Amino acid sequence: MTVGIVMLVHTALGRAEQVARHWARGGCPVVIHVDRNVSRKTYDAFVARLQDEPSVLFSKRHRCEWGSWGLVAASQDASELMLERFEEVRHVYLASGSCLPLRPVEELVEYLAHRPRTDFIESATTADVPWTVGGLDHERFTLHFPFSWRQNRYLFDKFVELQRLVGYKRRIPGGIVPHMGSQWWCLTRQTLSAILQDPERPSFDAYFRRVWIPDESYFQTLARLYSTKIESRSLTLSKFDFQGKPHIFYDDHLQLLRRSDCFVARKIWPHADRLYESFLTDPNRAMSRQEPNPGKIDRIFAKAVDRRTRGRPGLFMQSRYPNYGWENGLTAGKYSVFQGFSELFEEFEGWLGRATGAQVHGHLFAPERAEFAGGQTVLNGALSDNALLRDANPLAFLTNLLWNTRGERQCFQYGPRDNPKINWHMSRDPNAQISVISGAWAVPLFKSNANFADLRATAAKLQKIESRMLDELRSPDVKARVRIWTMAEFIESPMEPLQVIIDEIGQKSLRRLAEAPRLENLNGFGQFLQNLKNQGMHPYLMGDFPVDPAPRNTRSGPRKPYLIKK
Amino acid sequence: MTNRTSDIKPSDLLVFSTQRNEGVRLPYFLDYYRDMGVNHFLIVDNDSTDGSLDYLARQPDVSVWSTQASYKRSRFGVDWMNWLLMRYGHGHWCLTVDPDELFLYPFCDTRPLRALTDWLDASSIKSFSAMLLDMYPKGRMDQTPYMPGQNPLEIASWFDSGNYTIQKNPELGNLWIQGGPRARVFFANKPELAPALNKIPLVRWDRRYAYVSSTHNLLPRGLNLVYDEWGGEKASGILLHTKFLSTFADKAEEELTRGQHYGASREYIAYADAVQDNPDLWCKWSEKYINWRQLEILGLMSKGNWA
Repeated sequence: MTVGIVMLVHTALGRAEQVARHWARGGCPVVIHVDRNVSRKTYDAFVARLQDEPSVLFSKRHRCEWGSWGLVAASQDASELMLERFEEVRHVYLASGSCLPLRPVEELVEYLAHRPRTDFIESATTADVPWTVGGLDHERFTLHFPFSWRQNRYLFDKFVELQRLVGYKRRIPGGIVPHMGSQWWCLTRQTLSAILQDPERPSFDAYFRRVWIPDESYFQTLARLYSTKIESRSLTLSKFDFQGKPHIFYDDHLQLLRRSDCFVARKIWPHADRLYESFLTDPNRAMSRQEPNPGKIDRIFAKAVDRRTRGRPGLFMQSRYPNYGWENGLTAGKYSVFQGFSELFEEFEGWLGRATGAQVHGHLFAPERAEFAGGQTVLNGALSDNALLRDANPLAFLTNLLWNTRGERQCFQYGPRDNPKINWHMSRDPNAQISVISGAWAVPLFKSNANFADLRATAAKLQKIESRMLDELRSPDVKARVRIWTMAEFIESPMEPLQVIIDEIGQKSLRRLAEAPRLENLNGFGQFLQNLKNQGMHPYLMGDFPVDPAPRNTRSGPRKPYLIKK
Repeated sequence: MTNRTSDIKPSDLLVFSTQRNEGVRLPYFLDYYRDMGVNHFLIVDNDSTDGSLDYLARQPDVSVWSTQASYKRSRFGVDWMNWLLMRYGHGHWCLTVDPDELFLYPFCDTRPLRALTDWLDASSIKSFSAMLLDMYPKGRMDQTPYMPGQNPLEIASWFDSGNYTIQKNPELGNLWIQGGPRARVFFANKPELAPALNKIPLVRWDRRYAYVSSTHNLLPRGLNLVYDEWGGEKASGILLHTKFLSTFADKAEEELTRGQHYGASREYIAYADAVQDNPDLWCKWSEKYINWRQLEILGLMSKGNWA
């Protein structure tokens, strides 16, 4: 008993010849179907070349357009010829011209000899398959498809829509339940002949002739009627990309294929000389004797599909430029934005760096330059601190920074003096953790030695900007983790919020904070705000600061630092 | 003119190029693309005086046309390229590159160019993006002289990995990419003028197609959609741009006097000052080139769904 190979060929005939001889050498008869689209001359030469192989036959030719009935007709005719002419054949294996046997032919024969009644055909009901092209699953069986999907997509789609609109449905012949699966099957003589010799075959054929992509459903459906034992998987290793097009194997997949333990792989690039040489001529290639297990190869191809459909979050580049809202992650990693903290605390950045181990920058969007950590003028990825370069595209600056430093938590300062264009982008970014102490921009003004008239103007400007920023941060579309305190609120009890923020950064969570940040001396700040009010400006974002020396701010002598306890 | 285009077979892979006095680069350039599997080169020689025209004419797989016409008047060579492409490129995969551009694509170290073009054909993709990546040496550009036949990447082996910015060109639908060392050093104070780095050099040509501005964009517009807009990554390559070698200072000076380059040669004017003193583009965060996989990991190019 042996296995018969039905081979559907439409291109790279030289390779098909090589593989056909390989099968024949291994004692497997071969029936080849050559697509009618191949010229008469080429076909005759091909047939002539294989004359010396008595166990290689050629079946009646059909035109095989993708997704058309021709492929099924070709498989039927070739299978009939196989069953009729080679009586020793117990299993028929459907393969294509670009399939390559990976394991020795004897192993396949032996494997099938141990499973004489098993049909290997991937066959699932339409409700259960996620991989349909064009989103059509059950409708493949209930609509008409007179227009080519490849050549006339517009009419194809329109006609589908029209049929849906009028509620048209074809009747599915009695007794069958539509199943779909890979077109590369291996059926027993019993099952296959039952399908081919079924008295109802003309009506089934007439029905499937108008089903879309019948080569993925004809045998898959009918095998369910006759098979005593279906193993719903294909013995052919075949990986599909996101468009339902098979992945191609090249020379550099040699090791991967060796480890795949599969009997047959498709599809192979015709110029992959090393693959053909290794698997067809090297007798000692020693593929291990195990159940076929394409799982090892799955990961690499699943990743390719993922890369093509979802991409790498936070990456903007020449072939990935997502539309607004389709970024699948605006940035490459989580980051923390601090507004008002470095104004309110002395040496806040140094403290934050020590407390979290993250990279802490100054005001990255400051008007003068991007204040990179450690005073660097260039950062990872050769990102420049030049403000003009940065402001030419602030979003690109931010996404570049986070892409370049992925793996290392980034923190930076922000405020109403800085480029406001980036505020909304951070607000809509789920990776952003934004903490704002509103009104803290007034502290540097309070400490400065500028003329009061200038201070008043600056304060009015900054308050207006920050107010707008806060509006953005409170919009319903915000996806960032946003926390906002007024300055008065925050200094009421600064330890608790600081601890929460540090914990959320979560870098050194196991260690207790060894030191607390030191508040700026705010003696007289209330009076400063009152002076602004007296000049007609209304500072409100910082909350209420009493003019009368509040107990907290008027303690004589140096204050004790706030200690943050777990 | 040396026309060997009758040797071109229907499935041949073609390189189209314009050159002027690039004699020192040509030996490596030709071999680089021959190794990749390119079958024929079609080159316009713009009034070379260094003997490179004769050199090209002696190559069995090169067809070369010589012109004394103005580079500027030909819209910086685009008209010449479009003419050759229309005449000889129809139905072929055509790679349009300058002699200082080395094309990289996913798996280029293990698969020939034909593997890529076959895959593009099977995927019904007609144009393939390859961003220009400026390469530079560490130290002064004139420090190590470049010799004919030498791999320029031995000298110019550094690049900027993560400072590129992208905008969409609403007119033609292509991306407009700027950045890299030229933006960082020469155009830091006028970033909007920094040179464009987006390129679409590999196209399955049809005589109805045309490059619009260099190989930055084409018509019809659909060919410029080499990027995914819904979060995924399409496959793309890189053009390693080895302009910044010891030959650069002379070249910049010559081009400046000829005044034949894009945008009133402002690029060369911007270089001239910087080139005078110490042209060191290298910085602490420069990345040293290893291979295409490194560029893939850095996000400068992508395998897309080619695996």
